[in-house]
Order: sequence, then structure tokens, then C-alpha cells
Amino acid sequence: MAVYDKIETREAPSSSKGALHWLRENLFSTPLNSAMTLFGIAILFWIIPPFINWAIINANFAGSTRADCTGDGACWVFVKEKMSMFMYGFYPEADRWRVNLAYALFFVVIAAFKLLRKSGLKIAIATMYFIVAFILIRGGFFGLDMVETNKWGGLMLTIVISAVGIVGSFPIGILFAFGRASNLPIIKSVSVTYIEFIRGVPLITILFMSSVILPLFFPEGVQFDKLLRALIGITFFQAAYIAEIIRGGLQAVSKGQYEAADAVGLSYWQKMLLVILPQALKVAIPNLVGSFIALFQDTTLVLIIGLFDLLAMVQLTGSDSHWLGFETEGYVFVTIIFWVFCYSMSVYSKSLEKRFNTNLK
Amino acid sequence: MKSKIAKISMAAIAVIGLSASVANADTLSDTKAQGYLKCGINSGLPGFASADSKGNWSGIDISVCRAVAAAVLGDASKVKFTSLNAKERFTALQSGEIDLLSRNTTWTETRDSSLGLNFAGVNFYDGQGFMVHKSIGVKNAKELNGAAVCVQSGTTTELNLADYFRKNGMKYKLVAYDSNDQVVKGYESGRCDVITSDSSQLYSLRIKLKNPNGSMVLPNIISKEPLGPVVRQGDDKWFNIVKWSYAAMVAAEEAGITSKNVDSMLKSNNPTVKRILGVEGKLGENLGLSKNFAYNIIKQVGNYGEVFDRTVGMNSPLKIKRGLNALWTKGGLQYSPPFR
Amino acid sequence: MFALLRDRKVRGILFQLLTVIGLVAFLWYIGTNTVHNIEQRGIQTGFGFLNGTAGFAINDTPVAYNETYTHGRVFLVGLLNTLIISFVVIILSTILGLLIGVLRLSNNWLIAKLSSAYIDIFRNIPILLQILFWYNVVLATLPSPRKSIELFGSIFINNRGFYVPKPALNATTISMIIAVFLAVIIIFFLNRWSNKRHERTGQEFPVLFTGIGLIIVLPIIAFFIGGSDMNLSYPVLKGFNFRGGKTFYPEFLALTFALTIYTATFIAEAVRSGIEAVSKGQKEAAASIGLSSYQSLKLVVLPQAIRIAIPPTINQYLNIVKNSSLATAIGYPELVTVFAGTSLNQVGQAIEIISMTMLVYLVVSLAVSALLNWINFKMKIKER
Repeated sequence: MAVYDKIETREAPSSSKGALHWLRENLFSTPLNSAMTLFGIAILFWIIPPFINWAIINANFAGSTRADCTGDGACWVFVKEKMSMFMYGFYPEADRWRVNLAYALFFVVIAAFKLLRKSGLKIAIATMYFIVAFILIRGGFFGLDMVETNKWGGLMLTIVISAVGIVGSFPIGILFAFGRASNLPIIKSVSVTYIEFIRGVPLITILFMSSVILPLFFPEGVQFDKLLRALIGITFFQAAYIAEIIRGGLQAVSKGQYEAADAVGLSYWQKMLLVILPQALKVAIPNLVGSFIALFQDTTLVLIIGLFDLLAMVQLTGSDSHWLGFETEGYVFVTIIFWVFCYSMSVYSKSLEKRFNTNLK
Repeated sequence: MKSKIAKISMAAIAVIGLSASVANADTLSDTKAQGYLKCGINSGLPGFASADSKGNWSGIDISVCRAVAAAVLGDASKVKFTSLNAKERFTALQSGEIDLLSRNTTWTETRDSSLGLNFAGVNFYDGQGFMVHKSIGVKNAKELNGAAVCVQSGTTTELNLADYFRKNGMKYKLVAYDSNDQVVKGYESGRCDVITSDSSQLYSLRIKLKNPNGSMVLPNIISKEPLGPVVRQGDDKWFNIVKWSYAAMVAAEEAGITSKNVDSMLKSNNPTVKRILGVEGKLGENLGLSKNFAYNIIKQVGNYGEVFDRTVGMNSPLKIKRGLNALWTKGGLQYSPPFR
Repeated sequence: MFALLRDRKVRGILFQLLTVIGLVAFLWYIGTNTVHNIEQRGIQTGFGFLNGTAGFAINDTPVAYNETYTHGRVFLVGLLNTLIISFVVIILSTILGLLIGVLRLSNNWLIAKLSSAYIDIFRNIPILLQILFWYNVVLATLPSPRKSIELFGSIFINNRGFYVPKPALNATTISMIIAVFLAVIIIFFLNRWSNKRHERTGQEFPVLFTGIGLIIVLPIIAFFIGGSDMNLSYPVLKGFNFRGGKTFYPEFLALTFALTIYTATFIAEAVRSGIEAVSKGQKEAAASIGLSSYQSLKLVVLPQAIRIAIPPTINQYLNIVKNSSLATAIGYPELVTVFAGTSLNQVGQAIEIISMTMLVYLVVSLAVSALLNWINFKMKIKER
């Protein structure tokens, strides 16, 4: 029996491995590619060093007045001094613990969701949370001082608007999605009209309508708070988009599921809520998260109707006569906050998409 | 199950309908019942309506709200302020979101006749003017041909501006913004050469500038702008209350009653003073208020002169002269109908 | 009675009936309240205000307008400005989005990363924030008119806008415009002819290059034929501001930049997912039957990618039209700013004005969905 020596695998030639190879392959494979790489590097050089210089190296962090901003760079002192405005608006300082507590409870609820299995219990907890958070933030019960909504502002208001928009639009959206998928002609046409109407007009016109026209719809004496009107507008706006997304999900549920549910004698609502909707939602979740991101971004529009959300705070604090000329810092700070929120949601939605994709295989 | 849902929804509609029919159009009793006055104000105009960092409002427009609250509820602090932009202000009043609009609003025929509003007086006689950067070397508005002009859109200011330039055969570039803050920003960043607005506002905007001394208000006044508190049409009682609450402040100044001497004035022998303060007669009761409503106003808010000095006059950063807003006895236009 | 209720059909009819009753009751409730409120408050109604004099100026008007025109004219000016800004942004964001979408799949690591960073950054910042940033930070820091940045002695950039020479509407410009139209028509027929010839004989005709050539050469020829004088009006600094030439105001520019950059991220994503959706097998099959990479792209990949990319892209076009309404925050005189803003303030008839404004957007969006349906129908894979 012949004995063969094992020949060790040779190392790849130096030209096809290592950093140099990677560079050649990925950045300089053709003259065009090299030109593009150089162009990319030029862009980076054009943007990043000046920004770092402005935002960090030459920036001013210490101090508490305008006079402390001596360097050429950003004046973060401004943001630091106005931080409470950015975060809470005019919410009374002594009561801010209530907002913070509401934030903290939110994480408790999330943790509870991870532990609990029963969906009925989850819904109950979520509902409880919203009631508790409302009482905490608005007050007026249990010895908590009432904080009028015109004092709400900054990031807190942005979060309140998005949270109410997301939660409130969900059931309405589901109803309209059912309506659109229904085979009852009147129900269907009402739903289609609503969805197409709302999706056809810009949010700002809906907000104008809810702030200027809505009061005319009701008799004198029935009043809505300015914030409440904006919330109504945003919720009904968002509901149309949710309805369309859920309809997409409903269409993905196979016909057999409907027939099977009918065959075992479930009523319409039992069929839709227990069989169809759970499957439809699963398909729709990535798109739902996407539309929540859009909603979160859209909350900034309330500044046009005079509510002081996070973005409006930049304009407000920037026109303080002691702090004129630091708007750029305000904008950059607020941009970062919005970006972090939206980007993390979009990463989350991508991970969900992946998870559900594998599930389908 | 479905019919149950339907029943519930019908019931809900019925309930809304019922609650609606309960509400009535008597602003006075509504205000008394809820225990505070709903007042619409500017979202930020130093001297007229501005909030400090704790959210406490002050200004000459605010004083009107407080005066009415003092008259109706006996407590000047019982006001719920709603800050409104130019667009929302009339709808807010019409819809009942507020019961009194005190937001540097110009009294015009159209607003009186076709918007369903009633102007209860003039708490500031104003006129439209121009503010320019000193560096452009303009001394008179007639030299502004070709200038870019910043203005708050949807105001009478915008219309006067158009009229003025047309009348004088001049051209201008309009830069119109929704909010005063953006107007100041546009002026500050050089988007426009000139700001035009009510001249009192110009002074108030000027102190918002980075370098207030680099700008000047031109001497030209191009319009009449009587600014005053506004109420809805259709509730004459409430209209009267606001009218006389304001008149009480002017009358107090005429009679020399101030927030400091009001208590000693109660013992005055002057019949006018006695009537104003409710020591004699029952003027307030006919309005549906208490006899001493004017006392409450003067004690808690002050007379017109005091308010003026404190908010926009010489004791404020704005330093606006009394001018047209002096009492009629001193060459101005402020005049109270007799308390009799 | 109860037996009847158990019948699905009967219940369906009953349920719909209740919906109709509820809806009618609701609308009736709102309607009577509104009428009552309007009457009681003495607000004027009707569309008579459209004939009333507006009385205010507008700074950027595509049609003749001054303060003596009516509110009806204001509506038209606003509408045209909405269409103009939307058109410009649609063109620019399509180009940028296409570029970024393709670059994102580039095999150049740096460029692909930069493109995806661009997408991740700008799509996660609220559009209103971007508009305000461009307006209040970027464009506001440009120098004043007297210290304008000057390019080629005839283009000026300052904090009041970009000023460029404007051709007058004379024989030269008109003939050049006609030439462009002519070129488009020729290309259209050329394309049809070359397709037919290709089917008949299999010969290729370089339509793309001929087309680009035509669209450049024909107007140049027209320039000389038409008298070679465009009678350009140049911007000149007179008094406070530049006069003459064409001005792009900062409001317009801020809106254009912000909307383009924001929407391009979504179009880029549509393009990328379109290209990625074409299965690898298709490309391999194309290569195996000997198509060049250009042919494979043009004949195999793109036709399939476009089918997937077009619907979301058209939805983005609709979003552009709707987002252009955010101009109201910076005062660009489009529909929402001048009509639902200034006119509304002057007239006070909120119901009429806001309904008209909504109707415009609704018509645009219905038109776009009709277009989308038509395209989907045309693009449907014809299976035999």
C-alpha cells in the first residue's frame, strides 16, 4: 500500500490575501473604482474633520452663561442650560418626577411582557399602564396637582403624541382594515372612502382641520383641549395607514384559514380576532414598525399648529434673548435624539423582518 | 352581538347630544361655574404677553385677562391662558375654547362684521411702523424702494404694507412667516432688510435681537392699529363685563386710584371714586358682578397707567412712551365712559 | 325573530343598515352643529370670498399676481407653486435616489458603505427638521447681498437666494424649446423603429447614444438658427437687492434640498430592493447565453427590477406632493402657506378653504393612484 505524504495546503499567495488584497479587491479594482474611492475619501474628509472640530474639539462644554462660550466651536452650554426645556417643556420642575416615573414604569411593563404569556393579561397591563401614566402626567387625581397640557412640551410631548397616536390608531385601523376586507358593500365602501381620503391629504391639512374646524362640529360648551385636538387628528390620520398595512397582512392569510374558521362555526368576530388577525399581524409587523417611525417623525408637525414639541423647543429656546445665535446647536442636538429613536426602531424592524422570514421557510 | 354594539353606539350618540344641549351660551355663569377665565393670548411678545421660565405670564394683554378674572371671580390669578397664533385666534374664540381674546388684535370693520366678533375696547392705540438695520443707512420709510420686508402673514400688517408701497409707487420683496419668532430670525439672518409690524411690537421684537442697538424704528407710522380685547357676538352681558372691566382700569387712572391707594380711597368723599369702587350705588350688580368688581381689578391688577408703565412703558425694557395711550386729559386717547 | 338574526345574510344587511344610520346620524349631528355655530357666530359662508381682493403680496409667483388680485388667484398661485416644487423635487430625487440605490450595491466597499450611511442617516431625521435646518442654519449663513458669492460673473449666491441669468422669451429660446420637443418625439419614433428592426433582423441600434446626441445637438442647432441671441437678463445689485435674472428664493431652495435628500433615501431603497429582487439565476442565465454585462443589465435585470421599484417610487412622488405642504413652516408660497394660511387668516372661512385645499391633494393623489394602477396593469408579467 502506497503511503502518501499529506501535502499541507499552501497559503494563499500574498497578492490574494491580507489587507492589501482586500483594498485592491474592494476599493481599487478598476480605474473607475479607484476614482470613486478617492471621491468617497474626499467626501469623508470634507465632512468629518470639520464636524468633529466644531462639535468636540473647539466646542465649549463648561459654564452656564453665554459668556462661557469662547471657542470657535459649538456651544453645548446652551443645550445644557436649556436641557430641561428640551426634555419637559414648561412642565413644573417640582412635578417632573411624575414624568420620569411614567418612563420608568414603561420599562417595567416591557419587562412584564417578556415574562408573561397570557395575552389577555398583557392587554390588561398595557391598559392599566396607560391609565396610570395619564394620571401621573396630567394629575388632578389622588392629590397630584393638575398640570395643564399647555405646559407639556419637549421630548415628553413628542413621546406622548407618538404613544397616543400609535396606541389609539391601532384599534381604529384594525376596524377599517376589517371593513375594507369585508364583503358587505356599504361597510366596504365607507372604509375605502375613509382610508383613501386620509391617505390622499397631507397631515398638516388634517391638523389644520382638527385645530380650526373641529370646534365648529360640536355644540358650544363641548370643548377640546388644543393638544387633544392634535391627538385626535394624528390618531385618525395614522389609523388609515395602519388599516392599509393590516389589510396587506389580511391578504397574506390564506383562504383556507377563513374557510376553516367558518367550518368550525366561529362567528365573524371570533374568526377575525382569534384566527385571522394574529396571522395577519405577524406578517404586518415590520411594516407597522415602519409606520410608527413615520408617525414619530410626523409628530414634529404639531409645531405648525403651535404645540411645543421637541423640534419647536429649538425655535423657542433659540429666540431667548440671552441665548441668541445657538440654534445650530439646538438643531444638531434634536437631530441626534430623533435619529437615535428612529434608527433604533428601524434596526428593530429589520431584525423582526429577518426573524419572520425564517419562520416562513 | 352586533345589535348590542349598535345599541351602545346609538346610546353614546344620544348622550353626546344630551350633554350638548345642556351647555348654554351664558359665558358669565359658565366662567363662574368652572372657576377660571379662559383667555386667549399671544404665544410670546414681550410687553404684551410673555412667560417667564416658570410659565408665569405677564404683559399688557395679560393684564386685561387678569382684570376680567378679578371682576368676575374676584381673583386675578384664576385665568387659564391659551397661547394662540394669528391663524387660530378667532376660531378659538368662536368655538368657545376661550371666552376672551386679548392678543394684540386690531379692531377692523371686517372683523367686527363678518367674523362674529365684538371689540370691547382699545387697550393699546398702535400704528404700523418699520424697523431697519442701522447699517443700511435708511432714515425714512420712503427710501425703502426695492427692500425685502419681513412680516407676519395673515395680519392686517401685511395688507397695510401692500397698500403703503403701492400708494407710494415703490416695490418690495415680501418675506412672510407664520410666527413672530421666525420673522425675527429672518431679519436677524439678513433674509430681509426691514421688519414691519405694529410699532409697539417692533420695540418688543427689538429687545429680542442679538444687538438691539444695531436696529432702529423708522419715524413713519403707516396705519391705525387699535388693539383691544375681543369677545364673541351674541352674549351682550359678557361683552359688557369685559368692556367695563377694562373701562374700570382707565377710570381708575382718571380718578387717581392706584393699586396702592385703593384701600384708603374706599373712604374717599369723591362721588366718582365711590361709584367706581362700589361704595355707593350698585353699578357692578347690574352687570351681573359684585359691587366691588372694580376694587378687585384695581387692587389686584392696577389702573391702566400702572399696567402700562409696568408692562410696556418706562418701567419695562420696552420703554414705549404713553403717546396716544395717555389719558384724554393728557392729550391721549384713553377715555372711560362715566361710571354712573 | 331570533332565528332571523342568526341568518348571516340578514345580519349583514342589518349591520350595514345600522352603520348607515349611525353614519347619517353622526353627519347630521355635525352638520346641524356647524350650521348652528356658523349662524350664531355670524361667520360668512359660501365661496364669494374667492372673488374678493386679496390685498397681500406673494414673493414667488409663476403667474401674474399683485395685491389687487383676488383670493381665487391666490389659490391658483399656491396650486402652481405646489406643482412646481413637487415637479422639481420629483426629478431631482429620482436622479439622486437612482444614483444612491445603484451605488449602494456597488462592489466598491467604501462607496457602498457611504451610500448606506446616507440612507440610514437622512431617512431617520424628520423631514420638517431637515427643512428648518436647511433654511435657518445652512442658507441663513450665506453672505449678505453686498458680499455675494459670485460665479462666472453672472451667478450670485447670498442669503436672499440664488440669482442666475434668465433668457428672454424670444425667437432663439422658443426655437430651442421646440428643438427639445422635436428631439423627444424623434427619439420616441426612433425607439419604436429600432425595436421593430431588432425583432425583424436582430440588429441593434444604439438608441441611447443617438438619443443623448439628439437632445444636445438639436437645441444647439436651433440656437444658431433662431438668431443666436437669448437676450439673457443678468442679475445686478441695485439698492438693497439684486434685480433682473431669475431668483431662486431660500424658501424654495431649502424645501427643494430637504425634500430631495429625504425622499431620495426612500427611492434609493426602492431601487436597491428592485435590483436585489432579481434572482441570481436570471443574471447567470443571461451570462450563460452570452449576453454582455451591459446587455444583461438592460435586457434582463432592469426590466424586472423596474417592475418592483416603480410602485414604491410613485408612492414616494405622492409623498413629495404631500410633504411640500410643510413649506408653510418657512413661508414658501405654496397652497397651504398662501391659501390655507394667509387667505384663511384674512377671510376666516376655515371650512371652505380647508376643504378646497384637501380636495386639491385628494385629486392629485387619486390621479397618481390611477396612474399607478395603469402602470401595474401595463407592467404585469404577461404569462402565456
